[in-house]
Amino acid sequence: MKRVLVNEPVCMGCHLCEVYCQLNHSTSKDLIKAFKKPENQTLPRLRIEARNPVYFSLRCQHCADAPCISACLTGALSRDEKTGAVINHEEKCIGCWTCILACPFGAIKQDALHHKSLKCDLCQGSQIPACVDHCPNEALVYEEVTEVAGK
Amino acid sequence: MNRTKYLIIGNSAGGFGAVEAIRRVDKSGLITVVSDEPYPAYSRPLISEHLFENRPIDKMLFRAPDFYEKNNIQTILGTTVEKIDTQANTANLDDGTLILWEKLLLATGGQPIIPQMDGIKANGFFTFTTLNDAIAIDQYLPKVKNVVVIGGGLIGVSVTDALVKRGVNVTIVEMKDRILNTLLDEEAGALVLSKLVEKDVRVITGRTVTDINSDFTTEIVNGVTLDNGSEISAGMVIIAVGVKPRVELAVGTGIKVNRGILVDRTMQTSVPNIYACGDASEAFDFVYGDNRITPIWPNAYAGGSIAGFNMAGKKTEYRGGTAMNSIKYFGLSITSAGMVSPPDDSYEVISNKNGTNYKKIILKDGFVTGLIFAGNIESSGIIFGLMKDKVNINECKQATLADDFSFLSLPEAIWRKRLEDSFIKPVAEAFGGGVRQ
Repeated sequence: MKRVLVNEPVCMGCHLCEVYCQLNHSTSKDLIKAFKKPENQTLPRLRIEARNPVYFSLRCQHCADAPCISACLTGALSRDEKTGAVINHEEKCIGCWTCILACPFGAIKQDALHHKSLKCDLCQGSQIPACVDHCPNEALVYEEVTEVAGK
Repeated sequence: MNRTKYLIIGNSAGGFGAVEAIRRVDKSGLITVVSDEPYPAYSRPLISEHLFENRPIDKMLFRAPDFYEKNNIQTILGTTVEKIDTQANTANLDDGTLILWEKLLLATGGQPIIPQMDGIKANGFFTFTTLNDAIAIDQYLPKVKNVVVIGGGLIGVSVTDALVKRGVNVTIVEMKDRILNTLLDEEAGALVLSKLVEKDVRVITGRTVTDINSDFTTEIVNGVTLDNGSEISAGMVIIAVGVKPRVELAVGTGIKVNRGILVDRTMQTSVPNIYACGDASEAFDFVYGDNRITPIWPNAYAGGSIAGFNMAGKKTEYRGGTAMNSIKYFGLSITSAGMVSPPDDSYEVISNKNGTNYKKIILKDGFVTGLIFAGNIESSGIIFGLMKDKVNINECKQATLADDFSFLSLPEAIWRKRLEDSFIKPVAEAFGGGVRQ
């Protein structure tokens, strides 16, 4: 499957990936409205990790063996069989946060307002995730990865 | 006589985990699912949502409604298995059907514990573990202003949360000195208690209910009597003092049963070709290093998956589960997993309380054996993962307590390894979950 990978040495922690993630997951898709209008507000589905000298934008790794899926109490989380992406079907999510306890990366966020877990969906339907597309110095790349067999 | 390759008794997380795993390996072998519940597999934790916001069954289903048909699964719902014969490989159903099976899974779940006392047959006395329980409570509720909930555990507090949202007065009677005592420590338990008190829930601890009181002629519940003799009037009483494994089908058949049905790491019972999982079983707990009852949904599903793979001939071992709970009452988020309190002095406990945020981590020789996060819970999974994968965090344990703790707070060697590990596929391809050896 394809995953978003980070070329750490060239990541400056500029937060543009966060901005475009939030924009792409907003209902308005308008840069001003997505951040100003409360009714449109969502959260970025990634976070910038900065521990000098390492900068890193961290999101769901779409683990080959995703513990969030079997932890999900409602069946909201499942793997897209075509793309391999781990998807939270938000209409089934009740915000019980069990997936947050299961995620080894801390990559799932709480949308407390709407009682939904928010996670990277690799911008379903787009050729390239918005974070990768708008990374100014190609620190984020979207590449085919090889998953390895378990021992 | 009906013949089936796989007979699954139980249609909740465990049974469903098995069905999905079997179909990963064996696309055509006949699977028969029998359940005493009349519904397609639904998310049991959503019965609270059913009670407080009348969430319909079609919005509680675990998978799409056509799942069974699409995957060629025969269901016999609303029917109870009365007896299994482990020599003849048969099961007798209460409608007279006899089923001959090749592989059997006992995913029978748990049942609420109801102590023998007066009044448990009266109208207005309920349990709260199934959708039918929630429906029955919902239908009775218009007659009721005051409810007594016996037991302040997860189920007791969940039903209280739903009832408060329905506008009734609730009194919780808890036998121990604090609510949620098996899930939370004193600190985190007190946070939930203050939320309950804020919502005018009365919480009585250190007391038991000795009698359910009911009207002599109408046999309608009108309150309870406590062990100190005091009485509380209530139009409804809900008992939530715990669940016990439903093991009656296994008892006397040669299948080894302790408190739950004993299984090995492949989820097989002591009798070949018969498997068990979920709340009915005692499966491996990776924190305690031993078989235990951990009656929670994620472990039932994961254990069911392992059972399913092995039943279908794909040898897979269960990595084990442990207690893991996330609660969200009245806007307060708390996660907890593994041990809640250290069993002896050889464990180290580190904690940090900062306003409404609270973290506690229990360690043994640098390895995590338990955690509680309250308030900001988003990084609790990082600690849970380190516990599950037995990563020594001695050198960075203080960093894990920091308010801004995140994945990159871990030592570089650890976080790099954990990113790499996310590329490791499970031995048997489940729907993503928890089956790597």
